[in-house]
Amino acid sequence: MALFKKDVLLEVRQQYTFYGVLLYVASTIFVLYLAMGQPEAAVWKGLFWMMQLFICVNAVAKSFLQEGKERLLYFYSIAGARDFILSKLLFNALLMVVMSLVSMVLFLLMLGDPTSDAVAFLLISSLGGVSLSLVFTFLAAIAARAQQSAALMAILGFPLVIPQLLLLNKISTIAFAEVQGGLAGMIVLLAALDVMIVVLAIILFPFLWKD
Amino acid sequence: MLRQNWWKILCAALLLYTIIMGFLGPVPALPILDETIRNLYFHVAMWMAMMIAFIVSVIYSVKYLRSNSLVHDIYSLEYARTGIVFGVLGLVTGSVWARWTWGAFWSNDPKQLGAVIALLIYLAYFVLRNSMTDLDKRARIGAVYNIFAFAMLFPTIWIIPRMVESLHPGGMGNPAFDTKDIDARMRIVFWPGAVPGWTLLGVWITTLRIRLRLLEEKRTHSNV
Repeated sequence: MALFKKDVLLEVRQQYTFYGVLLYVASTIFVLYLAMGQPEAAVWKGLFWMMQLFICVNAVAKSFLQEGKERLLYFYSIAGARDFILSKLLFNALLMVVMSLVSMVLFLLMLGDPTSDAVAFLLISSLGGVSLSLVFTFLAAIAARAQQSAALMAILGFPLVIPQLLLLNKISTIAFAEVQGGLAGMIVLLAALDVMIVVLAIILFPFLWKD
Repeated sequence: MLRQNWWKILCAALLLYTIIMGFLGPVPALPILDETIRNLYFHVAMWMAMMIAFIVSVIYSVKYLRSNSLVHDIYSLEYARTGIVFGVLGLVTGSVWARWTWGAFWSNDPKQLGAVIALLIYLAYFVLRNSMTDLDKRARIGAVYNIFAFAMLFPTIWIIPRMVESLHPGGMGNPAFDTKDIDARMRIVFWPGAVPGWTLLGVWITTLRIRLRLLEEKRTHSNV
């Protein structure tokens, strides 16, 4: 818990990730706006999830790569592996929820509002942000242990999140049109997937940690 | 243990049986499918061999994390490699079949996409392994990724395609692949012949590669 607090504090003080990613989001969405104007709903939705994916890679990659070897050793001596990964998962989930909200506001401002139910979409995009952040947090841990850059994380992560993105894209149709059957099942599936990722991360992370 | 010969002879006999029956044996005449139904002995059975190889690979990854013995890591790696080979074969046989029944080699069907995603994930596994030089670390991180990827991938591959529209048999009112409507004449080739035949072939290839790897290891160690 203290580690989680440390991450939040660091973020609040430095505000490096936040503004960095904010600028990244804003400029990308602006480029999209220049290129496409105000696209129709299906394109809007697709672009939104692609943006989320890239934001996630950028925001989450930092969380492990920023910690130097010495600092990791320090954490190792004061906290268990499980607490460490839990605090990272929690922090990144929080960060991605904030980022999802920000990018959704920017999308609505610049690319128009094709949603019929903005609140539902807000909830779905938060859920999506959390799901993506969980996967990428764990992959960032792997990539950091392999002493590789964020590029490796992208290579590992993109195939892995395709099923999740497909699910999210399906689910988010709720916010655009009449609800079809079977979507509730998909939300449950996504939530179950999230729970499974957390459980796996808790089980597997200690193996990454010891050296 | 697996050095004996009987299962290799059995494998060859089963595959011979599968191929002969696959090309000459009786099959039910169904519209659209026609003779392509014979692909069941190859395509479906190869996918099953792939699944089995990946499952064995994950089991050895778990074993590696529990034992830290590099032999288990080699087992896990080689089973994943064989799985990829069968995955590619399954994809190719599937798209040849799709050419004659759906009209195109590739039509972005959810099952085709799922298959490609699975292959990409396992290719990423090899990229990850090659990015490290330290043997223990490579084995440990590779094992962690293998377990994580498997647990992420296969539930979604088994569940999602059933929730979306697909042309693939086994969903949306298409003739499904299950024990009820598989023809009795085909069943006696598929279950006793094709599935164990291809799986045993996979095991055979893998054990050969594992022995080769172990010999290489031994030689590098004796040189040092």
